[in-house]
This record gives sequence, C-alpha cells and structure tokens, in this order.
Amino acid sequence: MINVLSFDISGNILNLTFTGDYQNQNLPKDLFDALKTNQLKQININLKELQGWDSSFLALLFRLNEHALKQSIKLSVLKAPAGVQELICLALAVPPPQSAPMQEKESFLSRIGDFGLNVFRSFRRGYAFLFSNLNLFVISMFAKTNTRRVDFLFALEECGPKALPIVMLISFMVGLILAFVGAIQLQLFGAQVYIASLVTIGMTRIMAAIMVGIIMAGRTGASFAATIGTMQVNEEIDALKTMGINADEFLVLPRLWALVITMPLLTMLADFGGILGGAAVGIFALDIPYSEYFKYAYNAWFLKHFLVGLFHAFVFGFIISLSGCYFGMNCGRDADSVGKSTTSAVVYAIVWMIVATGIITFCLQRMGI
Amino acid sequence: MTQDVIKAHNLSVGYGHKVLLKDADFEVGKGDIFIIMGGSGCGKSSLLKVLTGLMPPLKGSFGLLGVDFQNADDNEKSNLRQKTGILYQSGALFSSMTLAENIAMPLNQYRSYNPATVDELVHLKLALVGLSGYENYYPSEISGGMKKRAGLARALALDPEIVYFDEPSAGLDPVSSARLDDLMIEINKNLNTTLVVVTHELQSIFAIASNSIYLDAVTKTITARGNPHDILKNPPNERVQQFLTRGKQ
Repeated sequence: MINVLSFDISGNILNLTFTGDYQNQNLPKDLFDALKTNQLKQININLKELQGWDSSFLALLFRLNEHALKQSIKLSVLKAPAGVQELICLALAVPPPQSAPMQEKESFLSRIGDFGLNVFRSFRRGYAFLFSNLNLFVISMFAKTNTRRVDFLFALEECGPKALPIVMLISFMVGLILAFVGAIQLQLFGAQVYIASLVTIGMTRIMAAIMVGIIMAGRTGASFAATIGTMQVNEEIDALKTMGINADEFLVLPRLWALVITMPLLTMLADFGGILGGAAVGIFALDIPYSEYFKYAYNAWFLKHFLVGLFHAFVFGFIISLSGCYFGMNCGRDADSVGKSTTSAVVYAIVWMIVATGIITFCLQRMGI
Repeated sequence: MTQDVIKAHNLSVGYGHKVLLKDADFEVGKGDIFIIMGGSGCGKSSLLKVLTGLMPPLKGSFGLLGVDFQNADDNEKSNLRQKTGILYQSGALFSSMTLAENIAMPLNQYRSYNPATVDELVHLKLALVGLSGYENYYPSEISGGMKKRAGLARALALDPEIVYFDEPSAGLDPVSSARLDDLMIEINKNLNTTLVVVTHELQSIFAIASNSIYLDAVTKTITARGNPHDILKNPPNERVQQFLTRGKQ
C-alpha cells in the first residue's frame, strides 16, 4: 500500500505531509500516539501533493483541528483543496452544546430506585385503567355510550368466527393428547373407557378455557395491542382526545364487549372439540365402542364443571382484552414500541390468566365446587 | 458543459393503470441542486421513488451516473446505491439505534474502516450537520429538525455523489428550514455533491435551486424547466405562474 501520509516531529513542531489519494484510510494510530506523547506548539499540514480525498481525510483533519483547538496548538495548512477548509469550519461551527447532557451512567442505587418507581407508576396506571374500564363496562350495560356499533361488530367478527377454526383445531388436538396421556395409565388397569370421563371433565372444567385463553391472547390480544399501538404512533388517539371523545369508550369498550361475549361461546365449542379429539383416540386407537365412549362422556358431563369453565372464559375475556388495549393505549411513539407493546400484551395476559385461574380454583375449592 | 449524473428518457411514472407522469425527459447535471416541484398529487414523490429504485417506472428508462439503472445487474445497482444518499421526509432514522449507530450502519456495511475511524467519521458527519455531541442520543430524544439533520448525516455517510431529498422542509419551522437550506448549499458547494430535491416550498426553491422541473398534475407532463427565477420571469402557463407566486396573478 502506498504511504499517503508521513509525519515527523522536530522540537515541538509536527510536520504532516499528504501525498496522492487519501481515500478510505483508517485513522493513523501512530500519529495520534505521537500527539499524546509530545508537547506540541505547532502543527504544519502540507497538502501540496494531495490529489484525492474523501471523508476519511476530512475526519482526520477535523480531529487534528479539534486537538489543536483544545491544546492551543497553532495549526497551519498549506494548499488546502477547494472546499476542505469550508467543511472543517462548518463542522466546527456548532460546538457540542454545554447543556446537551452527555449520556451519563446511572448509579446502581439510582437504577433500582428508577425500577421501583416505574413499577409503582405502571401499577397505578394499570389500576386506573382497569377500574375506569370496568366502570365503563357496567355503565354501558344500562346507558348509551359513544361506542360505535360497527366497531363492536367488527371486533366481534375478529374474536368470534375468524378465531373459530384455530380454536377448534387446537382443542381437538388437546383432547387427543389428554386421551393419549390418560390411556398410558388407564390401560394398565383395563380402565381405558374412563378416558371419556377424563377428557370430558378436564376439557369442560378448565382445559378448554385455558387453551382458548392462550390462543386468544396470542391472536386477538396481540392484534388489539398492535392496532391501538399503531393508532398511538399515528397520533390518532391524540386526535380522539382533542376532539373530546373518550378514547376508552371508542377503542376499548367494543373490544372488551366482543371478547367477553365470544370467549364463553368459543369455550363451549372448544369443550366439544376436545371431547371429539378424545373420542378419536378412544374409538380408533383404543377400540372403545362408539356408544360406550359417548355414554361415559355424557355421564361425566356435569353442569357445575361446565359453568366453572365458562366462568373462567368470561374472566379471561376481561383479562385478554384489557391487557391488549392497555398496552396499545400506553404504547410509545416509535415503531419499536408497537412490537414491545404487543409482546407485553400477550405475556401479561397469559400471566394474569394463570394467576386468575389459581385464585378461582382456590376459591371454588373452598366453596366445595 | 456539465456532465449529466441523471438522464431520464421517456419516463412514465404511476401505479398500475394510474399514470402520474408520462414521457418525461430531463437531465440533472453534476453539481446541480435540482428541484422537482409541482402541486400535490403531480407525482413528485413517485418520481423520486423511481429514481431511487424503490419502484419501477411504467415506461422509459433513466441513466444514473452513466449506468442504465433499469438494466443494471444487482452488483451495479449496489454500487450505484452506495453513490447515492437519501433524506426521507421524516428522517427515517432507526428508532432502536443511537444517532451514531444510525450513521455508522452504512459505513460498517460497505467500508472496511476500523471502529476508531468509524467513530471519527460519525463524529465528523454529525458535526457537519451541527449535531456534534449528540452521538448517543436516540431519535426519540431529539427534535424534528435535528432528526432531519441526522438523517442527512446518514445520507452523507458514504460520500455519495448524489443526495435525494424528499420534502426536506416539511414540518420544520422557518429558522430550521433556512438552516437546512444553508446546509444543503454548503454541502453542494464544498463536496460538489449533486442534490435532487422534491419540494413545493417556494422559499427553499428560490433559495437553493440551480435547476428545476415543474410537474403538471393536469397534463401529467413536465411543463417548465430551468432555473426557477428564470421560469418565474417567463412562466409557460398560468398554472406554473400560480404555483410560483402562491396563487397570486
């Protein structure tokens, strides 16, 4: 490689000479080492033989200028190509603002404090959102709200018919898996016919509701967060607020109603799908007669289990829609935030569904149901 | 005589059956500040998309730095893209990256500089646009005008021969807009970079343009070309005159 830069230090004067094309060059480390170790009074830059240059040359010159300014070193440039001096002046024209806070590292304690405050603030925000929307939900049962019928019907379609195929497929598969897993033990006692009871009780009481909840959190809750989050990015929610329209009534309420209505309905169908999945294993893999399987399934079907399942679904409907809408409404203003909101909506919905299941199960156990 | 860096021949622009501009012929000379102007819906931004390779023309062709862009292979197109920079209307900075990372991205992608040199180049580019000291800021932490200047710093990262600007003054206050105009003039003068600017901001047009074309939304053709000051003296039709005088007769 041709040496395009040479330098020598005599006394406290640095002489730099550029020759040929100075393009795509890395910063000369040895030059900056020399600058650090020598107390210089003057830098002479000779550009007489410089033929071509690009930003890497400008960057070097800019750095030398900054160094010279800081250290009060006299800098003289011989035969600078047209434009170079002007560009250096342009780059030096606006010094880093004193008030521009350079990103300082926060202390560990301060970060813990910030974390605690953020948790507290998000808890308070979530609490306020939850109660204002539950309040709105109750009011909307008895009074007219600003919710548009078309928004509700659109959300209902999204949460109902459009979600049905995947709900049925998953519940059928879950019923199938439950039956296979149950068969491993029950076959040992020749009691494989009780697979019908196992699947029916398992699906109707809790499994169908949980599976539908997980599907709807991933599918519909995420979609709520992404849609509302994008509206936040596009300032549509600001527009609603400045028009004096309650954004919760307009955006949250139709989605809340849609999911609260469709979740129990989907769970009922998922119960049926799961029992069919179990039947497929019982009848085709374990040779249980068709009539025998459904007789045991029917005998294991109790209204209380069925209603417990529907109650779970009803609660999950609240959790999923409120989680999706909350993270959408509290989305940031950039593209990244929409992704984060969507992820949070799904994760929080699933976590709260599990927590709610634990609480409901404990309470029902205490009540003897 | 200046060398042409862009040469469009019979270029038609539009979407599907909707033609926005038909049979356009124009040349952009090296070192020009070339303005593409016209009323809303005349196809300015669509023409820019064609010139930057984001969408194909309906008909015709254009040469970029002496290469027929339509028929160029992927390697040639990649080379051409390194010689052009674009400043989008919003700045289009990547929100998950700091300003320094935004500007370093094309340098790391296309050049083999060591990290210290990349840092120094980023520092220089930000200083050139007046954002020295803002290396570690995220786009969400700076103002709209600063985003545009940071976007310009990124567009200049690879020392392009042509920089395209899509509505650079949009959303800026008059002072920021004038500062951006000055910056564009400085860059054009000192780096001899050709600037192609899509705008309908008259103050900017008259302040910076060396050459221009006027796209007519009604006839879907170029109805005026040349220096905007000269066009204003001799407007070819009433629509051009109204555009350049903000509707005054």
